[in-house]
Amino acid sequence: MTKQLVNMDGNEATAYVAHRTNEVIAIYPITPSSTMGELADEWSAQKRPNLWGTIPLVVEMQSEGGASGAVHGALQAGALTTTFTASQGLLLMIPNMFKIAGELTSTVFHVSARSLACQALSIFGDHSDVMAVRGTGFGLLASNSVQEAHDAALIAQAAALESRVPFVHFFDGFRTSSEVNKIELIDDETIRAMIPMEYVQEHRARGLSPDRPVLRGTAQNPDVYFQGRETVNPFYAVCPDIVQKHMDKFAKLSGRSYHLFDYVGAPDAERIIVVMGSGAETAGETARYLVERGEKVGVIVVRLYRPFSIEHFIKVLPKTVKTIAVLDRTKEPGAAGEPLYVDVIAALKEGSALNPKVIGGRYGLSSKEFTPAMAKAVFDEMSKPAPKNHFMVGINDDVTHNSLDYDPAFSIESPETVRCVFWGLGADGTVGANKNSIKIIGEETSNYSQGYFVYDSKKSGGNTISHLRFGPKPIRSPYLISQAQFVACHQFSFLERFDVLKYAMPGAVFLLNSLYGPEEVWDHLPRETQQGILDKKLRFYVINAYNVAEATGMGTRINTIMQTCFFAISGVLPREQAIEEIKKSIKKTYGRRGEAVVQQNFQAVDMTLANLHEVKVTGKVNSTITRRPAVPAEAPEYVREVLGKIISLQGDDVPVSAMPVDGTFPTGTTQWEKRNISLEIPEWVPDLCIQCGKCVFVCPHAVIRAKVYEPSHLEGAPATFKSLEAKFKEFPGTRYTIQVAPEDCTGCALCVEICPAKDKTQVGRKALNMVEQPPLREQEVHNWNYFLNIPDVDRAALNLRTLKNTQLLEPLFEFSGACGGCGETPYIKLLSQLFGDRILVANATGCSSIYGANLPTTPYTFNKDGRGPAWSNSLFEDNAEFGMGFRLTLDKQGEYARELLPHLAPIIGDQLVTALLTTDQTNEAGLKTQRENVALLKQRLQGQSDPRAHDLLSLADVLVRKSVWILGGDGWAYDIGYGGLDHVLASGRDVNLLVLDTEVYSNTGGQSSKSTPRAAVAKFAAQGKGMPKKDLGLIAMAYGYVYVARVAMGASDQQTLNAFLEADAYQGPSIIIAYSHCIAHGIDMSKGLEQQKLAVQSGYWPLYRYNPLLLAEGKNPLTLDSKEPSIPLEQYAYNETRYKMLVKSDEDRAEALIQLAQRDVKARWEYYKHMASQTFEESGND
Amino acid sequence: MVDLSTTYLGLKLKNPLVASASPLTEKVENMRRLEEAGVSAVVMHSLFEEQIIHESLELDHFLNQGTETFAEALSYLPSAGKFTLSPESYVETVRKARKAVGIPVIGSLNGVSSGGWIHYAKKIEDAGADALELNLYYLPTDANLTSTAIEDNYVRLVSDIRAQVKIPIAVKLSPFFTALPNFARRLAEAGANGLVLFNRFYQPDLDLEALEVAPNLVLSTSNELRLPLRWIAILYGKVEVDFALTSGVHTAEDMIKAVMAGANVAMTTSALLLHGLPQASKMLEGVQKWMTEREYSSIQQMRGSMSQGAVAEPAAFERANYMKVLNSFNPNAK
Repeated sequence: MTKQLVNMDGNEATAYVAHRTNEVIAIYPITPSSTMGELADEWSAQKRPNLWGTIPLVVEMQSEGGASGAVHGALQAGALTTTFTASQGLLLMIPNMFKIAGELTSTVFHVSARSLACQALSIFGDHSDVMAVRGTGFGLLASNSVQEAHDAALIAQAAALESRVPFVHFFDGFRTSSEVNKIELIDDETIRAMIPMEYVQEHRARGLSPDRPVLRGTAQNPDVYFQGRETVNPFYAVCPDIVQKHMDKFAKLSGRSYHLFDYVGAPDAERIIVVMGSGAETAGETARYLVERGEKVGVIVVRLYRPFSIEHFIKVLPKTVKTIAVLDRTKEPGAAGEPLYVDVIAALKEGSALNPKVIGGRYGLSSKEFTPAMAKAVFDEMSKPAPKNHFMVGINDDVTHNSLDYDPAFSIESPETVRCVFWGLGADGTVGANKNSIKIIGEETSNYSQGYFVYDSKKSGGNTISHLRFGPKPIRSPYLISQAQFVACHQFSFLERFDVLKYAMPGAVFLLNSLYGPEEVWDHLPRETQQGILDKKLRFYVINAYNVAEATGMGTRINTIMQTCFFAISGVLPREQAIEEIKKSIKKTYGRRGEAVVQQNFQAVDMTLANLHEVKVTGKVNSTITRRPAVPAEAPEYVREVLGKIISLQGDDVPVSAMPVDGTFPTGTTQWEKRNISLEIPEWVPDLCIQCGKCVFVCPHAVIRAKVYEPSHLEGAPATFKSLEAKFKEFPGTRYTIQVAPEDCTGCALCVEICPAKDKTQVGRKALNMVEQPPLREQEVHNWNYFLNIPDVDRAALNLRTLKNTQLLEPLFEFSGACGGCGETPYIKLLSQLFGDRILVANATGCSSIYGANLPTTPYTFNKDGRGPAWSNSLFEDNAEFGMGFRLTLDKQGEYARELLPHLAPIIGDQLVTALLTTDQTNEAGLKTQRENVALLKQRLQGQSDPRAHDLLSLADVLVRKSVWILGGDGWAYDIGYGGLDHVLASGRDVNLLVLDTEVYSNTGGQSSKSTPRAAVAKFAAQGKGMPKKDLGLIAMAYGYVYVARVAMGASDQQTLNAFLEADAYQGPSIIIAYSHCIAHGIDMSKGLEQQKLAVQSGYWPLYRYNPLLLAEGKNPLTLDSKEPSIPLEQYAYNETRYKMLVKSDEDRAEALIQLAQRDVKARWEYYKHMASQTFEESGND
Repeated sequence: MVDLSTTYLGLKLKNPLVASASPLTEKVENMRRLEEAGVSAVVMHSLFEEQIIHESLELDHFLNQGTETFAEALSYLPSAGKFTLSPESYVETVRKARKAVGIPVIGSLNGVSSGGWIHYAKKIEDAGADALELNLYYLPTDANLTSTAIEDNYVRLVSDIRAQVKIPIAVKLSPFFTALPNFARRLAEAGANGLVLFNRFYQPDLDLEALEVAPNLVLSTSNELRLPLRWIAILYGKVEVDFALTSGVHTAEDMIKAVMAGANVAMTTSALLLHGLPQASKMLEGVQKWMTEREYSSIQQMRGSMSQGAVAEPAAFERANYMKVLNSFNPNAK
């Protein structure tokens, strides 16, 4: 049979087998495993059958805990069942894993292994998660590459069915899960041969059925539990042999041979590394390289980690071994050693007479690079008379000094391998084009190919770096390229920010997307780039890709153009053939989106070559431009020395000592990261401005601000600084300025969209208009800095119930890395303006925790008094409880402080005690007074000898009213965190929950939640969601004592403001459900506010406030704040791709669902109207 | 019994009432109901050139938006197996309609350039459409563009489409042509079998509250009949094509006027939207009653009987007529 060679990543390679060999798949999104669930869901939606001809049933659950419960149940009922997960998700499955293993139930969980959240969350790869489940009784089978993930998924399935030991099949998150590699696809005959029907039937026969009733899951007592636990031993004893049997069988069928432990290296090796996961590939390749050069080294590649077969391990260990270094990709603080290290020692002690020196080390945490240079450093360490134990490799540990030095220049790259590095801008399609190139080269030539992609942690304006290898032999290099023959920079401005040419080897090709032609480009390069080109003797090409893109209507997507350049210059394929293949690939990729897209891309390909030019490098280093420092010189030292390094992509060089010991970071650091990501910014026209503050209110990035100030502050202002007479009755005779932060603006244009002030002579001109940024940049930087130094108005002087007044408050959440035009961040910014100087924020994991706290910089900041939001993220699932914990502490410590006050009256003074206990803190003036009281209190407590005075001093700040805000998205509030959220609401405690409702799991790429509306498409609901959105607000209202509001700032800013103020003022639980338009809706983000308005007008998103305080006044607590639906749902919904794409993929279902959705809208409106019209007695809420 | 039958574009129709292209003729079910209500043919809603091109680009844009940028969310929407874009869906509707109704189904294309989109003419033919209505409408905003250039372009487009399909083609025009008779003749020479006079457009309105341009469609009234009536009366006999009168056909009288001016059929949408589908039968009954009372035997007999060439005062259709109206106007009349 012909081998089918395909290019795919580890997730797809694994999911392919899982979907072929299972009947039920329970899923839940978590990076980096989400793709496996998404693919399974899509394949089932596309009616792709499994091996036995039926379409696997794919079900999304509310959490990984839920998914594992459903898996357990489906297994118990006899279905072939699987799931996919990673990290904290796997941890949530632990209770069920013990059960599933304890009951000897055949299943495979496929895990893209990922770091666990400890001092910080990380989405990247290591073995912390799988090591945490090694006690569950699951077998642990590691695969080290994309091909192996594909193969091991099948071997694990077969072994689990025969042995009855369930398996975790794992591979390295990102490095393997997301690496694209050319693999040989397993054909159905092989799968069928590996999974004989009798295994399946036996599995089914063990399932529960009332036709053959049994009971499983008893409670046992001291008399028999122990014995019962030991019954499984024979199954574990034979399991390794069963796995090896299936590996051997697979080898016969496929020609690819695996062993429980594979040995690579010299037969007489003296120094041996033991390692598993993708690092084994690197270590193995390095060992081969060194053996060829006469070194006696080797590597034991661990595949079956549990059950750990000492016998098989000892069998592969060369008898010549003198030193073993065991590498663990995990950390167990306080342990005698990391798990694999401890296992190897035990194996040697128990199973061998050999007595080699054994050292252990950690590498690769959170996808830290593990390169041949590092592997060599480990081999070298073993040669030393006293090698370090418990070392680290890959970082500089300058605290315990236990890291290994390595030579970064050491390389084992094959000269036959072509290595290419591409710098792209997030939205320009570079990564997609490279994936295409890999496919073309991998599938249209005999070459092997590999692609790995590094992304920015910012969601807007970030960079991507693609690492591509091609060559005649399979590529087993799971590490980034350091010496490339081809480097492309798709964004000119990167030259000023990053060391783009660091990847270029001498004589390499450098392709630059440049507005400047071949004759003029040299003078516009930074000096460092000029120097690099000359030093490395690079062949230098330029293309004005934006010109070609504009001429072909492709906007900023330069993917096809740059891809064409790559093929034209690199010579990987003959030029004509390459162009033909690119066009074929365009047809394949875009064909189903319509002919127009295909033609547009064809045209771009055809126009490219005429615009591609080689630059004759004859010049010298003559530029006046130099690479900009990552942060300005005036930034604080920590920002300059540590965060600045991370910003300039040199974070790998940060030593251990520079990192905080407990994950605590300063806030207010985004202000130093001037990203200049937008070519357009809003320009203010004072003459037209009506000072409504709406632009400031809606700005997702806090880059447009308003101030009212005394005219005297204009003395010394830059000449271009604009102002006009302020129209605020509270501040007569003052001036007003709207100022834009030119270097922080993302150009989303929401401010221009919302601006209601139009020029009477030219209505298309508003008080804000988008203009080009570069000509204004310098001038506006001066204006912005001047503006920041003008004092803010006294908060106590403002009437905060007026929107325009609130927009004079300083935002304490600024310049986040959220998507341009984000629908969530304006709510957080409002929160920070209103209460930011006295809030604790508990933030569920998700978009808001990522743009809120992903390094390098943090958008939460502080005011001139040093006060600002204190923020923390616990987990995804527990955020409500976490936030409630804040409240419990505040309540308890507040109570204690108030208890102490009277006791210390002789020191403090009766008058101050009374003031501290009775000051009304429900308004800004009261808060100001109380802060003064506390300052005085601290003064009086200083130096006192009474221990209670010390006690009170440490608690004094709690006497100023604090608010707890619990933030998160709908994935948290409606699904994974709902149980806790419900409990916290029920508790009656004074906490405020803000649900940033995007109606999907936005951060992980738009998976369906229970908030996803009926008739919309989302991942995990690829056929369109059939059930309506859960009415979280209504459920909360049922308690009667919970403040509930549903808001949409684009529809009513004033109602949103009212809700925030009332929620904070209400001394019980409050929940605000905020419509947050999102990139995952498939909308023009600059029209997000308009969509909010339509959502409300259609009745889809009724605005309301349910205020329990009204009950006391004998009023109905529910106020409907929006009008009767006035437009059909379709008028709102079909502006959004998430709804519209269903019409295009399944018109009949789309029509049926939208009709049901319209009915939902009507029914809900009628119900709310009825509730809101009840008299107090009838509402039954007394 | 009077004979209401007529021919249009070579199609034998049971009466001269045809449903014009509109949202009403978007779904097969509605076309079936229109047949039940008595109309003799339906012109399907238009497939727009912009729709064919922009829908594809728009879908591509939003499916690409934000992708491959951030490690946790390499895309935001599932990749559906296959999309049925409007053109395919349109062609499918033609196929279904052809099976579902007994009356002729006329496809409709709306556009102005000779791009790849005109392949859909062939696809519509292959799906079984009995004829094709080509809706030409281009709003020239470029001061350098001449009327000749625009007319040449239209004629070229009609020839291109003629070369694609064998089924009859009707061309739907706006009234804004300097020399309509000449242009009509050129279209006929390029291969048009019929002219549909005239198109009505979404005309922009100004929203004084929001200070925005607000396009909206106002349904026609019988008053609007006058313009196409005049032009069909003028063109009848001068240009050898069939005529369909559209705009302002609300009553039996409107239909009769259309036929008398020279139209083979009268087309309506507004009347049906305003009064519901049963209005079609009412109109047809009215025509029959009127003809019976006045002893007309057939539509054929009436057709063109009041065209410019047939009336006693041909000048009544020309400019002199304007003076006459003015003269008859008495400002003191109460």
